[in-house]
Amino acid sequence: MTFRIDSPARLAEAHASCQAAFARQKSRFLVCAGTGCVAMGAMRVLSEFKRLIAERGLQVDVDLLFEGQEAEVGVAYSGCHGLCEKGPLVRYEPQGVFYTGIKVEDVPEILAASLDHGTVVDRLLYKNVDGSRSLTEHEIPFYSGQQRIVLRRCGLIAPEDIREFVAFDGYQSLGRVLQEYTPMQVIDTVQTSGLRGRGGGGFPTWKKWQYCRSAEGSEKYIVCNCDEGDPGAFMDCSVLEGDPHAVLEGMAIAAYAIGARRGYMYVRAEYPLALSRLHKALHLARQWGLLGENIMGSGFSFDVEIFQGAGAFVCGEETALLASLEGGRGWPRERPPYPAEQGLWGKPTVLNNVKTFAMVPAIIMRGADWFASTGTVNSPGTAVFSLTGKIKNCGLIEVPMGITLREIVYDIGGGIPDNKRFKAVQTGGPSGGCLPEELLDLSVDFDSLRSAGAMMGSGGMVVLDENSCMVDIARYFLEFTVHESCGQCVPCRGGTYQMHHILTAITKGEGLPGDLALLEEMAKAIIAGSICGLGKTAPNPVLTTLRYFRHEYESHIHDKACLALHCKELIAFWIDPELCKACGLCMKACPADAIRGAKSEPCVIIQDQCAKCGLCIALCPPKFKAISKKTGVLKPKTPWTSSRAT
Amino acid sequence: MSTSPETVKADLLEVFSKFKGQREELIPILQAVQERFGFLPESAMSALARFTSVAESRVYGAATFYTQFYFARRGKHTIKVCCGTACHVRGAAPLLEAFERELGIERGGTSNDFEYSLERVACVGSCALAPVVVVDEKVYAHMKAKQVKDCLADYKGKSRSNQ
Ligand SMILES: Cc1cc2nc3c(=O)[nH]c(=O)nc-3n(C[C@H](O)[C@H](O)[C@H](O)COP(=O)(O)O)c2cc1C
Ligand code: FES
Repeated sequence: MTFRIDSPARLAEAHASCQAAFARQKSRFLVCAGTGCVAMGAMRVLSEFKRLIAERGLQVDVDLLFEGQEAEVGVAYSGCHGLCEKGPLVRYEPQGVFYTGIKVEDVPEILAASLDHGTVVDRLLYKNVDGSRSLTEHEIPFYSGQQRIVLRRCGLIAPEDIREFVAFDGYQSLGRVLQEYTPMQVIDTVQTSGLRGRGGGGFPTWKKWQYCRSAEGSEKYIVCNCDEGDPGAFMDCSVLEGDPHAVLEGMAIAAYAIGARRGYMYVRAEYPLALSRLHKALHLARQWGLLGENIMGSGFSFDVEIFQGAGAFVCGEETALLASLEGGRGWPRERPPYPAEQGLWGKPTVLNNVKTFAMVPAIIMRGADWFASTGTVNSPGTAVFSLTGKIKNCGLIEVPMGITLREIVYDIGGGIPDNKRFKAVQTGGPSGGCLPEELLDLSVDFDSLRSAGAMMGSGGMVVLDENSCMVDIARYFLEFTVHESCGQCVPCRGGTYQMHHILTAITKGEGLPGDLALLEEMAKAIIAGSICGLGKTAPNPVLTTLRYFRHEYESHIHDKACLALHCKELIAFWIDPELCKACGLCMKACPADAIRGAKSEPCVIIQDQCAKCGLCIALCPPKFKAISKKTGVLKPKTPWTSSRAT
Repeated sequence: MSTSPETVKADLLEVFSKFKGQREELIPILQAVQERFGFLPESAMSALARFTSVAESRVYGAATFYTQFYFARRGKHTIKVCCGTACHVRGAAPLLEAFERELGIERGGTSNDFEYSLERVACVGSCALAPVVVVDEKVYAHMKAKQVKDCLADYKGKSRSNQ
């Protein structure tokens, strides 16, 4: 059953009907189908649920059904729950029982417990550090420090079922805006809320809308930036996968505010799942009359087109994105004129991030004052991060602005695994920086991060531990920008190349005493001489690591040592003859044929031949732990007595 | 798959029939052409230029700008080793090297028997499972260098459809 919503009254009717359908569903299993959980086999778990429930002769709801057709049990998949590390995740409603790490084999047990005995399967619940189990999300420390605005429906609804979205107040804000607000009132509301763009820069959203509204011309565009180029971040992807209609609704509200009739979504090519869900959402929104001509009989018309990117980081930059949409190389251009005055095909265009748009309906729904009261005074609201790297609870989080890095890393993230020491947290991707332990109590908001030399960015947050080499991290990001620089500005094209060259030399132990000053000088030149944000921020990873971890650079240059035991050229693998039990596993597997040994004689690595691939460490049985890395001593001396020695 | 100029021509006409030939369709058309042939054949480029009334140099200009496009035949299976930040800090580099060693090709290359192409990509959105390798559509989570051999054995000699 579908609705054709052609008036506010019909929207209210649909809302009530979808909510009622929801209320009638006695219980349901929600399998997380974010990119991470799908990779871990969530779809197989989902089909097993469907199959076994059908086998029980129960009717299964895979969709929300309407009066008279409902089944006893619902099975659906949702968007990302956030705790990707422990996937696949399954949620059992109505209690919200939260199962982690579910395999196909676990499904019968969950079904029996939930449907026959009214119990829960203890061993599949989230296990806390102290060994106790948490029944629902709310009892898990990972979730308790979070506040969900953008992700408010992610994990709770089936993203491809528009009725679930409507049941959860979807399109209510659009309805309210079209009925009760003038475009100026929308802009005023966004201004009062203090919303700043979540694409990284933190530009006040209302200002952009205001400029665009007052720009000349009747043809205007809305563009949603779903390019998410930061390598190592998946927030926007998760929002599109988990709650695509929220973004469409936000875009429609923005379009109403600025007077646009067309919108575009520029989606990163590497996100096939997000793309397919988005296409489905768009199709349903049109079918229901929530996009298209004369929406809800208001006279306002708006439609959206999806554009698939083709793989270029710089296309996340707004002017490059627009050039790419127009069908050419994604080359940034100088601003001004800003897109709000001259954007797509020279027409005034508002371009915002996925999360910015997703926040707008929530602001309309709950009021600008409520939003302004969350987060900090200058950065209201929440920040969505993909928390990854050397951290126990990897995943997608949404936290109020003003939270400290320490709370994110230790309370939500659960700290560093394997008893390693925390070293740094990297935010803002290739444009951002690395912040050290001393800054763990820094407040997370646009301005504090920037003053520390890093950047909010779009939401990548990578935690580094004692084994991460900061010179290598800087080199890594520069390698990325060298590759992604569009090449128009010589300082960016040639400068990043040279910086990368120097950084590579340092990681190889070929650094020279003057290198650090040279790096700093070049960074300045690149920042001054680039037209777009890519070049202007590319040196940030180098500058912040030089500022906070200079000693690591110095030990690479002066002592030829990589204290993190990471840089290949500066470390050596060494087998402790005391510990080696001559099992020969490493010797047989060594791809470089660099390990010698004989029966009951400890193995030895021929240093000149060693490719330093690390396979031997991985293979050495943990009970022996005979192989380790060393730095600063180029070739550890090893006693070698075997007759087979060369 | 044959990519002689004649068959390419017939296939191209079919691909083009879904578009209007407007300049802003350039990238979607390139994507559709690549979807059809697995790469962008040379003869397709000039046809595309005529179809969209865009200079051929500009078509090349756009196509070479984006990493998604290829100009030579690709392997049957595509191995994408994620080298995004999250994967990098959890050891993507040795993993990529292990694939290079095992396949005897470099990143970006295709094996001589056209079985495999090896790619280095930046984030596939499963950072929590780092390091991640994607072969065709299958995602390998928490990959280790020592699992590379087994991973490749899953694909050797198999066509894309029957896994
Ligand atoms: C090199 C570069 C890459 C960028 N990548 C993204 C991106 O992936 N996603 C995004 O939303 N904004 C990105 N931005 C920022 C956009 O240019 C733009 O400021 C933003 O999309 C505006 O949306 P907002 O006001 O909602 O933040 C990037 C900027 C630069 C300079
Ligand atoms: S960094 Fe590898 S999946 Fe994101």
